[in-house]
Amino acid sequence: MIEIRGLQKSFGDLKVLNNIDLTIEDGEIYGLVGKSGAGKSTLLRCINGLEKYSAGSLKIDGVEVKELDRKELRNFRKGVSMIFQHFPMLTRKTVYENIAFPMRCWGYDKQTIDKRVKELAELVGISEKLNQRPRQLSGGQQQRVAIARALTMEPKILLSDEATSALDPVTTRAILQLLRDINEKLGITIIVVTHQMSVIKDVCEKVTLLEAGELVVSGPVDELFMNQPEELKTFLGEEQFHVDNNGVNIQIMLSDENESKNIVSRMSRELDMDFTIVNSEMERYRDKYLGYLILNYADEHKRKVETYLKQNNIIWRYYQSHSEEEE
Amino acid sequence: MSRFLTEYQLNFWERILAPAFVATIEMVIITTILGTIFGFLVAVVLLVTDKDGIHPNRFIYGLVSFIVNVIRSFPFLILMIFLLPFTKLVVGTSIGVRAAVVPLIVSATAFIAKLIVNAMQEVDKGLIEAMKSFGISEAQVVFKVMFSEAMPAIISGVILAMVAILGSTAMAGAMGAGGIGSVAITYGYQKFNEVVMVLTAGILIVFVQLIEIVGKWVYRKMK
Repeated sequence: MIEIRGLQKSFGDLKVLNNIDLTIEDGEIYGLVGKSGAGKSTLLRCINGLEKYSAGSLKIDGVEVKELDRKELRNFRKGVSMIFQHFPMLTRKTVYENIAFPMRCWGYDKQTIDKRVKELAELVGISEKLNQRPRQLSGGQQQRVAIARALTMEPKILLSDEATSALDPVTTRAILQLLRDINEKLGITIIVVTHQMSVIKDVCEKVTLLEAGELVVSGPVDELFMNQPEELKTFLGEEQFHVDNNGVNIQIMLSDENESKNIVSRMSRELDMDFTIVNSEMERYRDKYLGYLILNYADEHKRKVETYLKQNNIIWRYYQSHSEEEE
Repeated sequence: MSRFLTEYQLNFWERILAPAFVATIEMVIITTILGTIFGFLVAVVLLVTDKDGIHPNRFIYGLVSFIVNVIRSFPFLILMIFLLPFTKLVVGTSIGVRAAVVPLIVSATAFIAKLIVNAMQEVDKGLIEAMKSFGISEAQVVFKVMFSEAMPAIISGVILAMVAILGSTAMAGAMGAGGIGSVAITYGYQKFNEVVMVLTAGILIVFVQLIEIVGKWVYRKMK
């Protein structure tokens, strides 16, 4: 378990992390999202001690990271591995040697190294490429090599710093799926830093939004999506739909896991009234489908619909377009 | 007449040019090897004591990098004269190949040290960070990662240095070091013998080409 309490970090006068409180449970896939410069990569680097924090506490399984001395820190890092945006490799060595390198530096014996390199190559799907040089591989394949290399020390935690940001969408999907597989098969906690919301939607169970070094919102991904806090909307920069000022506009949140999925047709039938669908969107979140509908209907039905939605435990809110708010 | 010329040429080749040729090769090889070894040591001192190094030490870094820069800013001929007392102290003489090799090594050490430092600083910072994130020690990062990654650049730097050393040996010839350069000066320039002049220049050109070809081959192998 990773427990972060009141974490502070400054570069000179610039505060990059301010009072961060975060708890990450074992086996979770946890997302840290925010714009560039929000401090998410710095926070990630505090977790494996690549960056020192100035105040507060960061404990992994009860061990305070900043109190580790040089040697202890090196040992500690065996348990906290990391992958990077540009998957840096030893360019002159083969894929095999690249994966084996951390183990060689730690003085593992040949058989152990050989066995583990081959197992991990199999796991990430690059068994055929072991004798090639990294630059002969595509970006996605290189990231797979980097993932295999990061797993050689059998870490409990895997830190991913924008690991898919340099890859195309299809490859990104494949790498994210690989991370989920690893999380499920090996039970490794994965912390994903990204600026892409799609990454969060694909793999993360929980997410924290950082802005200018401060924790803005935090929680399970599906809950956050359903509740749409203002801060999240600002980050996503979601476009506002121009809605008709005549009548009432509401946004209904949909999930494929409850009765909300056919709410419109039921409501229309049972209340005997008409709705106009202004906008609608469904997206995949890990294995769930979540989305929303924006409906417009006549003012006289306002109460009726409100009561109906409440009775059916639907998440909803009145929807206003920006132009209306400004007026 | 033609027999005389041939005999003269033969004599010239055996007595003057061949030994000069050997002397030049000797100087270039000794200087390159020792210059690379010392240069590497100096480079390691600079990298370790640099402010981002393993053991930052402003005093040592400042001193060593100052000395390196001073040596590099001397024209070789002046450096050679300047170092005469030191040369005498080390090898006991101030003329001949042995004496020439001392300033040659000093100059090559500074040059190669700088080349190695530059080559190693060019190594991807992300790679170094990644290696640290696996708990690999900083000494291993310097020797196993940075040095290994920078190897092709270091090789091509050493080749560059070798050509520069060859040029310097010709200058060292002016101070009685022997070698092709000294033949060019005494027989070609001072005796107005254009044939010798052209011949020595030709030999130097072939020499440089050979170094470049071998160097390129090694570089490709390394990469």
